[in-house]
Amino acid sequence: MTRPQPDTLRIQARLERPGFALDVDTAFPLEGVTALFGRSGCGKTTLLRIIAGLEHPPGGEVHFRDTAWQSGKTFVPLHRRRVGLVFQESTLLPHLSVRGNLLYGYKRTPEPLRRLHLDEVARLLGIDDLLERRADQLSGGQRQRVALGRALLTSPDLLLLDEPLNALDTQTKREIMPFLARLSEETGIPSLLVTHAPDEVERLATRVAFMHDGQLERLEPLRDALARADSPLFRDEGAVSVLQGELGPADEHGLHPFGPPEARYRVPSTPGATNGAGRQARLRIDARDVSIALSPPQDVSILNIIPVTIESLDEAPGHHGPARVLAVCRQDDGQTLMAELTQLSTERLGLQPGTRAHALVKAVAFLD
Amino acid sequence: MFDLSPTDWMAIEVTLKLALYTTLILLVIATPIAWWLANGRGSPGVRTAVQALVALPLVLPPTVLGFYLLVLLGPAGPVGSTLESWGLNHLAFTFQGILIGSVIYSLPFAVQPLQQAFANLGRRPVEIAGSLGAGRIDRFVTVILPMTRGGFIVAATLAFAHTLGEFGVILMLGGAIPGETQVLSILIYDHAEAMDFDSAHRLSFGLLVFAFAVLFIVYAINRRFDTVRL
Repeated sequence: MTRPQPDTLRIQARLERPGFALDVDTAFPLEGVTALFGRSGCGKTTLLRIIAGLEHPPGGEVHFRDTAWQSGKTFVPLHRRRVGLVFQESTLLPHLSVRGNLLYGYKRTPEPLRRLHLDEVARLLGIDDLLERRADQLSGGQRQRVALGRALLTSPDLLLLDEPLNALDTQTKREIMPFLARLSEETGIPSLLVTHAPDEVERLATRVAFMHDGQLERLEPLRDALARADSPLFRDEGAVSVLQGELGPADEHGLHPFGPPEARYRVPSTPGATNGAGRQARLRIDARDVSIALSPPQDVSILNIIPVTIESLDEAPGHHGPARVLAVCRQDDGQTLMAELTQLSTERLGLQPGTRAHALVKAVAFLD
Repeated sequence: MFDLSPTDWMAIEVTLKLALYTTLILLVIATPIAWWLANGRGSPGVRTAVQALVALPLVLPPTVLGFYLLVLLGPAGPVGSTLESWGLNHLAFTFQGILIGSVIYSLPFAVQPLQQAFANLGRRPVEIAGSLGAGRIDRFVTVILPMTRGGFIVAATLAFAHTLGEFGVILMLGGAIPGETQVLSILIYDHAEAMDFDSAHRLSFGLLVFAFAVLFIVYAINRRFDTVRL
């Protein structure tokens, strides 16, 4: 048996179901957001349910910090684990008002353990005005925010989010993302996010656990997961880069500088986004929006031309047509930028690992 | 119309007492059975067997049920003789005996509406309440009960009304001891057998009106709940 370690969540479990077997032995750091990423049916929800105590696989071990949640004969039931649960479909209790829902767990949390209170949570999630409404009078996005707030108000030690954005349309998703993104930062509560959407991982995760066929294949920081061409995150929608950096004040053209001088972007501000100057931001760049030039082009409309070194050239993921090449480039600030090129241009430019080049970035999007 | 004999009044009392106790006992017994059938874990085979067992009184002639209960609870039966060896009375031809018979006979009428309500509810609200720190009983009182109120009302009504109309089981198991096992349906039968059609009619009509009134009130209440809390 392995010795439980502080500040990790250790799980060791095997579970057989008809046509499905889960076999996991891993430890998640209890810090930030850990995404459990994989296709539906890969066992990520089952793993989450084991952590919550909703599944009880015989012989399994679950240790939260130095507390045994499940070990031998020990089994702590869900209502004593102090975890917050949010599912994809609405789970508000229909016979209670929004306030009643929010306070359901708060009232059952021992007073000394209450770290978050109704006012601040309602403000954080923008639901102050909804408190007296009935649960069935809310839109999908409002319902998910209330469900999130209700979980937060138990001041949980761990948040378990099972595809919380899955049932929402794109617009509503966009409305909730910022709240989720702020969550772990502002509350300090570690969370596990089950998802099959790469954009949710890119936007929210600190690290990613890739699951496949009931196995946890790899647990790595988001930065590493985005720096390899064979990342499962790119399998369906192609490669992207996520850059982190500081956003400066807008210039006379309304463009904000982003990142250090050696890899400086100029990006337009997006309406609605809370992109005040001087804050940390994440930029998402589709590899298909990046071209490569050997010398800095002069007469070109593209604003963002970033010096890079080619690190590797691989077959691009997510394609079924003629072969395309994914160039993994290193910016001078050390961050990775992906460019998707045709085989022909790669040969014509004579690109090799180590080649100095310029990346022409046609479009960027803010992640938060 | 209302000049009922003391025997009639006694039968009314026994009937109402029997229906009330049966309903209360059934709500206690049927709730866990229905929850387990709707959302429980365990092998599907066992669950199907229990489901079939619960539904048996729906298809069996009441006389069959009454006959086996008589054998079981009577002085020579395993239950009856055990009770007697402990210095207690056997249960054939007693109120307790027909109460046991009623509970078994009306079991499906209590289990099935509850099972339906619990299946519609699903496990999710209970899991959520658990994650919010609510223990077993807390979850039942604050989540399951309010969310499946309609199912409980229907289950209680059907169990009560079905017991009012019970005849065969009681005939076999209880006989017709006034004040003990003589319920209205039996007394009506006895009146009719004795060609006392006036007495039979008085009680029959009363029972008809009462049964309709109970069902009407309960469904009206249920409908209001349904529309208020959709």
